[in-house]
Amino acid sequence: MSSPSPITGLWQATRAIVWKDLTAERRSRELLSAMLVFALLVILSFNFALDLDPKTRGSVASGVLWVTFIFAGTLGLNRSMATEKDRGCLDGLLLAPIDRSAIYFGKAIANLAFMLIVEAIVFPLYSVLYNVNLFLPGLLLTVILGSVGYVAVGTLLSSMAVQARTRDMLLPILLFPVTLPVLIAAVKASAGYLSGLPLEEITPWLNLLVVYDVIFIAIAFMVFDFIVEE
Amino acid sequence: MKSTPTALKVLDFLSALLLVAALGMVFGYAPTERTMGLVQKVFYFHVSANWVGMLGFLVAAVAGGLYLAKGTPKWDVVEIAAVEIGLAFSLIGIVSGSIWARPIWNTWWTWDPRLVTVTVMELIYIAYFMLRSGIEDPDRRARYAAVYAIVGFLSVPLTFLSIRMYRSIHPVVITSTKAQLAPRMFQTFMFSLFAFTVLFATLLWHRVRLGQLTAQVERLRMKLTD
Repeated sequence: MSSPSPITGLWQATRAIVWKDLTAERRSRELLSAMLVFALLVILSFNFALDLDPKTRGSVASGVLWVTFIFAGTLGLNRSMATEKDRGCLDGLLLAPIDRSAIYFGKAIANLAFMLIVEAIVFPLYSVLYNVNLFLPGLLLTVILGSVGYVAVGTLLSSMAVQARTRDMLLPILLFPVTLPVLIAAVKASAGYLSGLPLEEITPWLNLLVVYDVIFIAIAFMVFDFIVEE
Repeated sequence: MKSTPTALKVLDFLSALLLVAALGMVFGYAPTERTMGLVQKVFYFHVSANWVGMLGFLVAAVAGGLYLAKGTPKWDVVEIAAVEIGLAFSLIGIVSGSIWARPIWNTWWTWDPRLVTVTVMELIYIAYFMLRSGIEDPDRRARYAAVYAIVGFLSVPLTFLSIRMYRSIHPVVITSTKAQLAPRMFQTFMFSLFAFTVLFATLLWHRVRLGQLTAQVERLRMKLTD
């Protein structure tokens, strides 16, 4: 058998890891159910904490949605790395004769998939609960761009946090200050779409998200080797 | 551990001298601002402290990169030293800024991009120390800290940009909205910046020596327990 080229090798390994995570999740449904229930609880809490009557709702909807997503996202990121660590799967992955970057991309894509699934369920629910139409193409694009940036940094940092004694507490403390630009840009872009602002007022925020995504995926790709190096 | 090198002793003396001279210039040489009065004098050390804060975090990110590239423990020591100094001076910057803002803006705090960015930076580097303290293995701790110093520092410009855009969607042209400084004020300002930069170098050197000493004590202790 001829050895595959580095790119196809990386891609195959990444795909295998994504597949492993999705299969494990399909069988246990631990992560998604926890993230989903948690997301609903956050929305419920906001409903009463902010007194979401029709008037305030319009101005805070994008904020409520994004805080819900990043909280649920943190939960997922923590869990996804913790299972690897606790059951010794991480050592197995590290022993496999694959490029280490494949582990990063595999975990990141699987985490992104979980986050997008949660978002795909929260969206229609929120639409029904508050009678707003969230299914705007621009808004969906914002959600994808924002989640990519959040998960790109989150996967990197959660693989560090999981090795620490205080891991569950540590991840949000490491992650939130660094991903603040994602939160700000995503909230502003979503609010722009929801209130029907002209496109030229939204594009700068989308540009910022794209720039963040590109920079931090590149950085994570470069430094991930140092995190899993033993 | 070798005794304090002569160059460092000279630096100690020089920074003390420069600081006193800068203080003298602030109060004796620079004119008192007409509308703001005496409180404007905070400005010279406020900007200098924030400059040293930024410099510290920049040095930490560069040292982090060098540690990852070379793996020499020296760069890890430099990195912690720089982060510590950066944290302390950014805090000085925030507090001195608040003292100025209270009479001038009539509030201790506003959600201005610079203020928020410095605060987010403080949070990032507090998280940096939490990460360090959570990891036992020294080698792994150094690697993770280096990664976080780099990731954290790179997010700062984007944070600043996003908060600045948050206020107004229109592109902001980088202009100094401040009134032009009087020549004597400008000279005092540049001198304070210089004095603080020398102070930074001195503190960094001391802190690096302290870090190396700590590592040496650690090694000796390991030898004893073996």
